[in-house]
Amino acid sequence: MKKTIATLAVGLGVALAGATLGAGSASAQATLANVKQKGFLQCGANTGLAGFGVPDAQGNWSGFDVDYCRAVAAAVFGDPTKVRFTPLAAKDRFTALQSGEVDVLIRNTTVTMSRDTALGLHFTGVNYYDGQGFMVRKKLGVSSAKELNGASICTQQGTTTELNLADYFRANNMKYEVVAFASSDETFKAYDSGRCDAFTTDASGLYAERLRASAPDDHIVLPEVISKEPLGPGVRKGDGQWADIVTWVGYALVNAEELGVTKANVDQMMKSDNPEVKRLLGVEGSFGEGIGLTKDWAARIVKGVGNYGEIFERNIGEGSRLKIKRGLNALWSKGGLQYGMPIR
Amino acid sequence: MSTIASRPPAKASLVNDPKVRGIVYQVVLVAVLVALVWAAATNAIDNLRAAKIASGFGFLESTSGFDIGQTLIPYSATSTYGRAFLVGLLNTLLVAAIGIVLATFLGFVVGVARLSSNWIVARVATVYVELIRNLPLLLQLLFWYIAVLRALPEPRASLNAGIGVFLNNRGLYMPRPIVAPDSWLLMASLAIGVVAAIAYSVHARRKQAATGEQSPTGRAALGFVVGLPLLVWLLLALLGTNPISFELPQQTRFNLNGGLQVFPEFVALTLGLTIYTAAFIAEIVRAGILAVSRGQTEAANALGLRSGPTLKLVVIPQAMRVIIPPLTSQYLNLTKNSSLAVVIGYPDLVQVFMGTVLNQTGQAIECVAITMAVYLTISIVTATVMNDYNRRKALVER
Repeated sequence: MKKTIATLAVGLGVALAGATLGAGSASAQATLANVKQKGFLQCGANTGLAGFGVPDAQGNWSGFDVDYCRAVAAAVFGDPTKVRFTPLAAKDRFTALQSGEVDVLIRNTTVTMSRDTALGLHFTGVNYYDGQGFMVRKKLGVSSAKELNGASICTQQGTTTELNLADYFRANNMKYEVVAFASSDETFKAYDSGRCDAFTTDASGLYAERLRASAPDDHIVLPEVISKEPLGPGVRKGDGQWADIVTWVGYALVNAEELGVTKANVDQMMKSDNPEVKRLLGVEGSFGEGIGLTKDWAARIVKGVGNYGEIFERNIGEGSRLKIKRGLNALWSKGGLQYGMPIR
Repeated sequence: MSTIASRPPAKASLVNDPKVRGIVYQVVLVAVLVALVWAAATNAIDNLRAAKIASGFGFLESTSGFDIGQTLIPYSATSTYGRAFLVGLLNTLLVAAIGIVLATFLGFVVGVARLSSNWIVARVATVYVELIRNLPLLLQLLFWYIAVLRALPEPRASLNAGIGVFLNNRGLYMPRPIVAPDSWLLMASLAIGVVAAIAYSVHARRKQAATGEQSPTGRAALGFVVGLPLLVWLLLALLGTNPISFELPQQTRFNLNGGLQVFPEFVALTLGLTIYTAAFIAEIVRAGILAVSRGQTEAANALGLRSGPTLKLVVIPQAMRVIIPPLTSQYLNLTKNSSLAVVIGYPDLVQVFMGTVLNQTGQAIECVAITMAVYLTISIVTATVMNDYNRRKALVER
């Protein structure tokens, strides 16, 4: 008996120590070396948000955020398919990144100060400027969020949405009843089956979710945008090289759009005389090597997934079912906020 | 051990002394355990610091910033995370307590029904048990939630049961009684009623012990506890000083406002847990009853007891000795299963604390540790109470 207790105790202790050690080694430096050694990128994705990250019946992932993951994989391996996706609910995503389960989190995640400073993660920029909105049934006759006093509202827990909702109703001195669910799926199902008067999430998500409603035309999105939701990729804090890679993959996508480099013309552009294009595609200089990649890192990205504008159009823009306008996400030169830091 | 101690002291060296060796083993075991836990804890703290993740329990004092649907204590977005923890804990305890009472009641009824000599009753009970205990609880909870939601009308077409009771897919609304502060007469009459009911039942027991005559204690208690305050209330109302007024639910643009509201999430969770656990309790009750020898029933019949009193006075008290220990396990299961609330949006401890709070603060280790400690505490308290009850019910050997 004594022996079994001792064995048990040792086993427990080893398991405990192993768990904490495991977390330790995963969060150490050199995510790049780790990714290269594995042979694929492990990307934290949404459990299913049309246009942003969703698997089809065969398990092939597609979407705006998913293409960002593919862009990182293309930069590292020259092959946008060398990526595996981990579907994460909002409430699990940071733990998954902290513990080393995923290498990068690209899952419509709002950049906030507390997340950037206290959660052990680092945001590498903004890939989509969003804002929180509301969806209601047309027959309620509501035309503004200010009329939602006393309404029941369905939201996903563990999100900035949940916090903004509380702020907005408090600031406007209105009452509401919150019903919070763990996954976006459950949240929308509850709204669709009549549990709530309104459904709230980021505006992009509202358009995506409306497609899934039993009768999409019965619902309208209210005009108010009640918050700033800059969505961006996140990595673990403390690995500067990996953070640089994910940051500059984002800038490369935007720069490629600014310079007119597309998936179709990238090979021709290699012969371009424009020095900016030459530097981007690695014909001149060796900027990619500075972040542990190859010279043609950006060319690999564009060949793999296209530029920022192409990713946008394909997944969520006018060419998709979501038909979201570029708006804030247009290039800075066209009245938007997307601005690629110069590669030089 | 005692036989060894009673022998004359052995001349063997300390290494071969079983007593000394035993103590050494124990000390080494404890030391290894402490060292391992210490190493794991310091390692975790170091890693958290290295990964720049905040740690410690200070977050319980910070403002939560989010709202919760069902709260038993005052709570708003300006309350602290600690307060949110309490809200979640109370919601868990509420659903567990109500679930345990209802499941016990339903379980006993079904368990007895399975042994009924009435063919239909026995078969219905069998089908219930086999159907319910063979389907996953998660599935049943989702079924009840969706079924409850879909079947009910929307707020603008609420079912109205009259006297201010409404039912729609936002829940069940009832008038909320508001007791006026100067209603001490009413409270006093209630207290007198309770005291009188207890006194009467003591008197009735003595009378039965002395003469064998039975008294209607149940009806008397009802009269004292409910009837007396009701009478006082009526008198006060007639005199024009109504001590209790009711806040009725009012139809607003979206929902009904005011009154008492029972949320559909709560109903679905309680219903699901009750029905699921009752199936297991029914089997335990059946086993307990079958464990009482048939001779006991026959003896009771021979003494002229009808089947009702036979069950109540002879069979069940003996069956309880078999029933209580596994029943305790079912109570613990029900309490722990209530954490499945997370899928249907009921704000229990896991949903609020392990869901929103953990995510907003990012302090996974602290939140998980607190939640585990809470469930452990609830389970140990339940088990202690039930074990104590078991001891009192156990066969007394003289």
